[in-house]
Amino acid sequence: MSRAPRVELLFWDGCPSHPRALADLRAAVAAAGLDPGLIEVREVPDEAAAERERFPGSPTIRVNGRDVVPAGDEPVMLACRIYHRRDGRISPVPDPDDLRAALAAALTEGAS
Amino acid sequence: MTLALGDPLPAFDLPATDGTRHAVPGEAAATVVVFTCNHCPYALAWHERIVAVARDYAERGVRVLQVNSNDAERYPRDSLEAMAERVARDPQAWPTPYLHDATQEVARAYGAQTTPDVFVAGADGRLAYRGAPDADWEDEALGATWLRGALDALLAGRACEPAETKPVGCSIKWRT
Repeated sequence: MSRAPRVELLFWDGCPSHPRALADLRAAVAAAGLDPGLIEVREVPDEAAAERERFPGSPTIRVNGRDVVPAGDEPVMLACRIYHRRDGRISPVPDPDDLRAALAAALTEGAS
Repeated sequence: MTLALGDPLPAFDLPATDGTRHAVPGEAAATVVVFTCNHCPYALAWHERIVAVARDYAERGVRVLQVNSNDAERYPRDSLEAMAERVARDPQAWPTPYLHDATQEVARAYGAQTTPDVFVAGADGRLAYRGAPDADWEDEALGATWLRGALDALLAGRACEPAETKPVGCSIKWRT
């Protein structure tokens, strides 16, 4: 049996995207057969917290500590984060397929 | 300060990325002022729809100005240099001037809240529409329908309906 992964959603309140991101994440967690209640939601209130969390923008979603969409060399920033949907469109939230893929990878790792 | 419907658009004279200057008020059948920026996903998602409006309405005397008021010290991606680089990378995507509001005085005068935040005035220069370009950043098919509707109404001598919608996007990055 695999252990439930750690799923974190970090957000900055100056960006309006986190309710939508949380809804997408809850749906992806439930679709993976996990309890959406395991999601840890944390606000990043200021630049000091952003530095501590290595926060590249809001929202940031991590599964077992890994960003569901690696931020690359994005600087730490209190701002809305830019994502790209799998069809190339710009979006303020990750593609739901990226959430599902990150969760599936974590569950596979946890089972091995 | 928040601008009310019917108020004159606050005057400004700002530099664009190409070194030219653009002022409000100016001669136009209608004027659109869009507060936008380089690094906001909402502004980027709506950008093509807004510039399509600029292209489609240019021959009818509509003037569209895009203004970046974000604090470039904390957000260097919104510096005048970064704005010019963005325009240079894809000039076809910029049929409008891209203006730099370094002091943030213009954003304050308009009461701009987000990127994007759209202000539209008719030939009389008075605010007739303020808000989002359309109802959903995610739905490209909407095509900035609220903005187009406002312009169609003004050009036909009618009142805008809706005249106000909630601006949606990233907060303007004020200096602290």
